[in-house]
Amino acid sequence: MAQSVVVQVGQCGNQIGCCFWDLALREHASVNKKGIYDDALKNFFRNVDTRGTGISKGRICSLKARAVLIDMEEGVVNEILQGPLKDVFDSKQLITNVSGSGNNWAVGYKVFGSHYRDQIVEKLRQTAEHCDCLQCFFLIHSMGGGTGSGLGTFILNVLEDEFPEVYRFVTSVFPSGEDDVITSPYNSVLAMKELNEHADCVLPIENESLFDIVSKINQMINSGKPGTTVKQQSLVTLNEGGIKKKLDEKPFDKMNNIVANLLLNLTSSSRFEGSLNMDLNEISMNLVPFPQLHYLVSSLTPLYTLADVNIPPRRLDQMFSDAFSKDYQLIQADPKHSLYLACALLVRGNVQISDIRRNIERLKSSLHFVSWNQEGWKTSLCSVPPVGHSHSLLALANNTCVKPTFMELKNRFLRLYKKKACVFDITSFMERNLSVRSLLKFLSFLVCQAALWESLTP
Amino acid sequence: MSVVTVQLGQCGNQIGYEVFDTMCRDLHNTQGFCSKRENEIYQASCKEHFFNEDKSEVPVARALLIDMEPKVISQTLLKAAHSGRWKYGQHSHFCQRQGSGNNWAYGYSVHGPKHEESIMNLIQREVEEYDSLSGFSIIMSMAGGTGSGLGAFLTQNLRDAYPNSFIMNQVIWPYGTGEVIVQNYNSVLTLSHLYRSSDALLVHENDVVHKICAKLMNIKQISFRDVNQVIAHQLGSVFQPTYSSEDSFQYRRNPLGDLMTALVPHPEFKMLGLRNIPQMPENSLAYTTFAWAGLLKHLRQMLISNAKMEEGIDWQVRPPLSGLPALEKVSPNKELRFNTSIANLLILRGKDVHSADTGGFKDPALYTSWLQPSDAFCEWRTHRAFNKYEKSAALVSNSQFLLKPLDTIVGKAWNMFASKAYVHQYTKFGIEEEDFLDSFTVLEQIVASYCNL
Repeated sequence: MAQSVVVQVGQCGNQIGCCFWDLALREHASVNKKGIYDDALKNFFRNVDTRGTGISKGRICSLKARAVLIDMEEGVVNEILQGPLKDVFDSKQLITNVSGSGNNWAVGYKVFGSHYRDQIVEKLRQTAEHCDCLQCFFLIHSMGGGTGSGLGTFILNVLEDEFPEVYRFVTSVFPSGEDDVITSPYNSVLAMKELNEHADCVLPIENESLFDIVSKINQMINSGKPGTTVKQQSLVTLNEGGIKKKLDEKPFDKMNNIVANLLLNLTSSSRFEGSLNMDLNEISMNLVPFPQLHYLVSSLTPLYTLADVNIPPRRLDQMFSDAFSKDYQLIQADPKHSLYLACALLVRGNVQISDIRRNIERLKSSLHFVSWNQEGWKTSLCSVPPVGHSHSLLALANNTCVKPTFMELKNRFLRLYKKKACVFDITSFMERNLSVRSLLKFLSFLVCQAALWESLTP
Repeated sequence: MSVVTVQLGQCGNQIGYEVFDTMCRDLHNTQGFCSKRENEIYQASCKEHFFNEDKSEVPVARALLIDMEPKVISQTLLKAAHSGRWKYGQHSHFCQRQGSGNNWAYGYSVHGPKHEESIMNLIQREVEEYDSLSGFSIIMSMAGGTGSGLGAFLTQNLRDAYPNSFIMNQVIWPYGTGEVIVQNYNSVLTLSHLYRSSDALLVHENDVVHKICAKLMNIKQISFRDVNQVIAHQLGSVFQPTYSSEDSFQYRRNPLGDLMTALVPHPEFKMLGLRNIPQMPENSLAYTTFAWAGLLKHLRQMLISNAKMEEGIDWQVRPPLSGLPALEKVSPNKELRFNTSIANLLILRGKDVHSADTGGFKDPALYTSWLQPSDAFCEWRTHRAFNKYEKSAALVSNSQFLLKPLDTIVGKAWNMFASKAYVHQYTKFGIEEEDFLDSFTVLEQIVASYCNL
């Protein structure tokens, strides 16, 4: 089985990463009752003995995450290392600094990038050497800041140079409109150029959407209606049963857990068995029709399971309908009213092929697919459901509804740039005007492409 | 003579397991409707083709399991071992760590050459065990990356290494919607390559089998296991032992070879289809009686009206009056009314099999003008019943039945190719646009040949 390595960069990246590892351990603990270090665990974890040497089979001794933690200020990473997950990481997997990137993409990319390049390559090599078949790097970062955005995209370049055959999946958190970081539009657009050229697949996430989902759940729980108690373990926003306890919960944890669940569901079919497996390399094969159009809109359902067994579970078909509703998307977008280039359904749990086919037939007519891919569906069936659920669905869509998100970014960028606000801070680290022009070009390209596909629908 | 089954990819391995399991269950079935002695000879004949005996007396399937990632193979080996009735050989599998990613080019150009030596050695070792080799039955899907790409590569290699053995590919035709997005590309590339090296392609359509599960087997929540079991039943009804001729009571020594001789008279026409009647849930079997006349009448109409199962048959379709030319040129776009056959093989099993009247299949109107019905039609009758069905009939035919599905797949693939979508994923691994164009040309030729029957 192939392995994956998570590279978490910056404050946001590390906080999401932390939630991810907690949930991953919880998931494997619920499936792996005998404590044997099996192939599924091998994907994300190493098994080491007390001296730190790897053990390839047998009982679990001590699990170490296949991760590299990078941040240019120490606070977040130190907290992780002193917190309940400290045994999952070791000091050899970190790179930290004290000064931070000052919310400046150029500092993250140019200054820290060049300074830490060798160290980064070394840590990545070490982690890769522990894998007998490294398939994929998962990069988690935010776009609006300095480290995640700048250093994160620099690392993306490094990954492409040093490990060209390994897939690069990037989970990028895009800033919301009310972001308090003034330079976030610059940082995001500069980072996007890198994502466009060096990532295999990008899963954009918007904080606003995560926030809406959290509110929706809170509303449901607090509604006080009879029969609305939920199984705590099943909440997509909580890590009930994980290592971190409620006391350690941070303000963004609820939102981060949603992203962590996304990553777990994405990799479930390559870790666990099922009647129609889907490996990570199949995601980009099926969902990326042209190299630069690799932005996938994701949605997760169900968000919770009701605890009261007397209430019949929400019909399976409801789960499929929800996945296409705009309330469940992880970016502010409505895929139903835009054009689909391709769509993948990753189903987990007690669902069979006839259920999937029935729902595809049912939903097909309300969705618009591009003319050359009228039946562009990819499905996968994994038998192991997530913790607390009997089934779940992750929908990944390559859809033109990402256009508004990028246009909004472009507009915010232009508003700032017209006034030349803060430009010096960025360009002082780079050749004047060079990359700013090229990314304006890239934004126009994206707009054109989207318009072209839209024009193809009858 | 032995038949080596090569199970490729997730689909191939999952179906292969069901095929051996079905055959084994059938062997131990007490409702064979024949004498004990007869049953023993039947079992021995089946084992001669498909199983080895080893020290533990548990039959070992003559199969090789090949996949580029380990999960499915380990599941399959375990399931077989747990059944207690049969198992796979200890060293009869080959797997790698990372799959082909649904990429035909990766399966064909990367995995193929890289593992060519190891896989061919594995096959060589297996083949050396047998006194005589009839040929290979390769089970693969068209839609994915390993079954399709590596399958095409392997078939070519087998053809070169074993020029005197028969090669038959069990090709699984994907659902029209919703398996793999690039399935049409993968299918086009697979079919065009297989056509050059394989002797016959026996096609199993997922959509058809799914309908059988829904309408005939009454399964509410159909899983891939259900679909695979129906396919296994159909294959079992073809490959289980049959008598070599009406009078002798010896079982056929070379089922694979005889099948090819019966059905593939011309290398331009290699697409075979399979229909099996009756199909019903196991618990209904005890309450149903069958008559050969009824079964054969339905089967004949299924053949000429191109129906894939015994429900919803169009009884209006009739063969053209013999001697008169066809009224209109058949085109794949128009609804195919009458299905012309090149050759048909009818396999009858069960009670009173010798009383069955198969005259309807010998009508020259069913066949093309360039073959006499005596050459085009073949029947194998065995009175040992199969898989608890008191009477069952299987029809393997080389006819125009695949014309529409083939044309549909080529159309969709061409539509996608015209916009160059996904092509970069293939050129990355050495399959260029010219290769696509070549494949389209080969398939257009096949479609035209079948059209002009």
